[in-house]
Amino acid sequence: MFIGYFTERPYQDPSSGYFGAAGRDITDLTMSNGSYDPKLGADLYNRYLDEKIYAEEMGFDGLMLNEHHSTPFCMGGVMNVEAAILARITKRAKIVLMGNVLPIWDDPLWLAEMLAEIDMISHGRLVTGWVRGTGRESVAHNSQSPFNWERFQEAHDFIIKAWTTPGPFRWEGEHYDFRYVNPWARPYQQPHPPIWIPGVMSRNTVAWAAKHRYPYVMLATELEPTRQSFQYYDDQAKENGYESGTQHRGYLFKVHVDETEELAEQAGRKYIQGPSNPFLEGNQGNVRSFIQNLPGMTSRNNLLPTVTTFAAAAARGRLAEHARSTGQSLPRPGGDYNGSYEDQINKMSIITGTPDTVIPKVRHVLETLRPGNIFFWDGDGAMTHEDSMRSLRLMGEEVIPAVREMAVDLDLKGAFDVDPATNLPIPQAAASA
Amino acid sequence: MTTAGTQTERTVKVAGRKLRLLEGGSGAPLLLLHHSTGNPGWLPFYDQLARSFQVIGPDLPGYGQSERPEWARDPRDIAVLAGRLLDKLGVDRVTLVGLGLGGFIAAELATMEPRRVTNLVLIGAAGLQPNDGEILDQMLVDYVDYVKAGFRDEEHFNQALGEEARSTYKELWDFSREMTARISWKPYMFSRRLRPLLAEVNVPALVIWGGEDRIVPLVCGEQYAEALPQARLEVLAGAGHLVEMEEPERVAELILAHARRS
Repeated sequence: MFIGYFTERPYQDPSSGYFGAAGRDITDLTMSNGSYDPKLGADLYNRYLDEKIYAEEMGFDGLMLNEHHSTPFCMGGVMNVEAAILARITKRAKIVLMGNVLPIWDDPLWLAEMLAEIDMISHGRLVTGWVRGTGRESVAHNSQSPFNWERFQEAHDFIIKAWTTPGPFRWEGEHYDFRYVNPWARPYQQPHPPIWIPGVMSRNTVAWAAKHRYPYVMLATELEPTRQSFQYYDDQAKENGYESGTQHRGYLFKVHVDETEELAEQAGRKYIQGPSNPFLEGNQGNVRSFIQNLPGMTSRNNLLPTVTTFAAAAARGRLAEHARSTGQSLPRPGGDYNGSYEDQINKMSIITGTPDTVIPKVRHVLETLRPGNIFFWDGDGAMTHEDSMRSLRLMGEEVIPAVREMAVDLDLKGAFDVDPATNLPIPQAAASA
Repeated sequence: MTTAGTQTERTVKVAGRKLRLLEGGSGAPLLLLHHSTGNPGWLPFYDQLARSFQVIGPDLPGYGQSERPEWARDPRDIAVLAGRLLDKLGVDRVTLVGLGLGGFIAAELATMEPRRVTNLVLIGAAGLQPNDGEILDQMLVDYVDYVKAGFRDEEHFNQALGEEARSTYKELWDFSREMTARISWKPYMFSRRLRPLLAEVNVPALVIWGGEDRIVPLVCGEQYAEALPQARLEVLAGAGHLVEMEEPERVAELILAHARRS
C-alpha cells in the first residue's frame, strides 16, 4: 500500500471577500490578480512546503502536488518548482506530480529536462503524472483545445523517447518539431520515473492509461462510480492482455483527523470555505461550462461513470451529461449545488473525525474500491496550518499504521510493492531506493 | 436550374473531403461564405441575392455537413479549398461575399486569385487586427451569448431566431466552434500575413459593416477600406455584426447596386 498526502495549496487571503464561511463564490477565470499579495504568497508557499516535510516525518510514502493556472484555489502553477525544492529538502518520500498538463507545453523537451533534474536531485523519488487539464489551463496558457488529446499523446511519446533513447535525434511530429533532441539531463530512475495518470471522467484517458499499464488515480470521485471506473480499467487491461491489480488503482479522498470530534467538524467544514474550487464539492463557485469545456477538448460521449459525481462533472463543464446520467435536473445558475457538508459526510466524500471514527470509514473506502495507492486530501479550503499539523500528527501516529494493517488484511498492493508494468513484486530495497 | 426562392443541395468532393452546397437563383455566380457559427440554411438574405445571382452557399470545410480537413490550421487553408471548389464547379469569375470569418476567408481567397473575383464583398469581416479594441473572442463566452452579441439587441436576436433559438441552430453553433478553434486560435480571427497582400487585390470591393458591431469592431471595416485599392465602406447605422440577418433586403440591395456599378 502506498499512502500519500495532498493539499491543493489554496491562496488563503482572509481579507479577499471570497474566503471563509461567508465568502462569496468566485466565477472561474474572472478574478484579477491585482489583489494578489506576494508577501502572503511567500508565507503560504513556505507553509505548504513545511507541511510536506512534516508529512514525510509522519510516515507518508508520497507527497502529491498538482497544477492549475490563473486561479486562487491552487497555488501550484509551477508545480515543478515546488517539486524541485521537495527533492532537496525531503529524504525518503516519493514526490508525486498529479500532474503536469502536457498539452499546454509548447516545449515538452524542457519539461523532460525539468523532470529528469527533479528525479536526479531527489535520487530517484519522482513519480511523474500527466494530465490533459481543463479548459482553464488551455485558456491560461493559450493551448489550442481541439488538439488537446493529440498533443497529450504526442508529448508523452516524445518525453519517453527523450528519456530513453540516446541522442541526438530529430522529432518531427504533428504538433512538436525538434531538430536536436539531446537533453543533458537524464532521469535517475531507469528507464524512466514511474508514470501515474490522474483523472476523473475521460474513458479515453483510462483506456490509454490501461494500455500503457500506468496506474490511474481517481480524484475524489464518489465511491460507486469510482468502483465502476476501476472496473473499466480492468476491462481495458484484459483487452491489452494482462490482469490489472490493486497496484494499478489510485484514489484521492478527503480525510481530516483531529483530536476531538468537535475540532474535526470545525476543521472539516473548512474544506468548503476556501476560495471556490471547481473540484471541491460544495464550494465549486460559478463554473462557466464554456470555459471548462472548450471546443474539441474532450469527447462528449465517452465519459466514465464518474460523470455522476457532481463536482467532477461541473469542473469540466459536463453538467448536462451529469443531469442525463443521474436523472437530476440542471442546477439553476447561482443556485445551491448539491454536496453540502452534511451530504458529503453522509456519502463519505469528506471523512473527518478522531482516529477512532476515521479509521473504519477509511476501511470502508478501501474495501469498496480496493486501491493499492491512496492519497489523503487534507489541509485544504480554509484550514489553517495548525489544523493541518494536528491532522498530520494523528495520521502518523494512528491512521497510517492502521491503514497499513488493513492493506495487509485486504491484500492491497501498491505500485511500489508490485510493478504495474510487469505485475512482478518489487524488492523492497529497490522500492525504497 | 433553380429559381429565386428555391434552392437545391448537393455534395462536391474537394481535396478528398465532401462539401455540402446550397445553391439557388440565376445570374452571375456568387460564392457566399458563412460566419464562424456555421451555415444556418437558406436564409432570407440568400433569397434576396438569389433574385440576381446564382448563389453558391457551401458549408465551409469542417462546418455543418462538410467533412473536416484534419490538416487545416488556418483560414488560408480554407480559402485554398474554396478556390478549388470553384474549379470543381466550373466557376471562373465570381462575386465573392464573406460574412465574419467567411469574410476573412474571402479576403484570403481574393489575395490568391484576384483575377477571378469580379466583386469582393466583405461583411463584418474578420481577418485584420483592429487598430483599436479587440475582436470578441467566442472561446471565452457561451455560444448562445456569442450569437446574441452578434445582434444589435436581444429583440433583434429574438426576431431573427425566435425566443428560444431552434435547437438545431444551437447545435450548429456549438459544433462550429470546434472547427473555428482548429483554424483560428492564435492569433484569434486575424492574420498578420493578410494586410500586406490586400494592396494587390485591385477589384471593386464593398465593405459592409453594422454601425454597432460588437463582434468585429467597425475600425476593421475602415482598415479594409483603406487597404483595398478599390473599396467603399457602407456602414448601416444601428445594426449589429449579423447585419445580413437584421437587414437582409438592405444588405442585398447594397450588393446588387455595387455589382451593377462595377
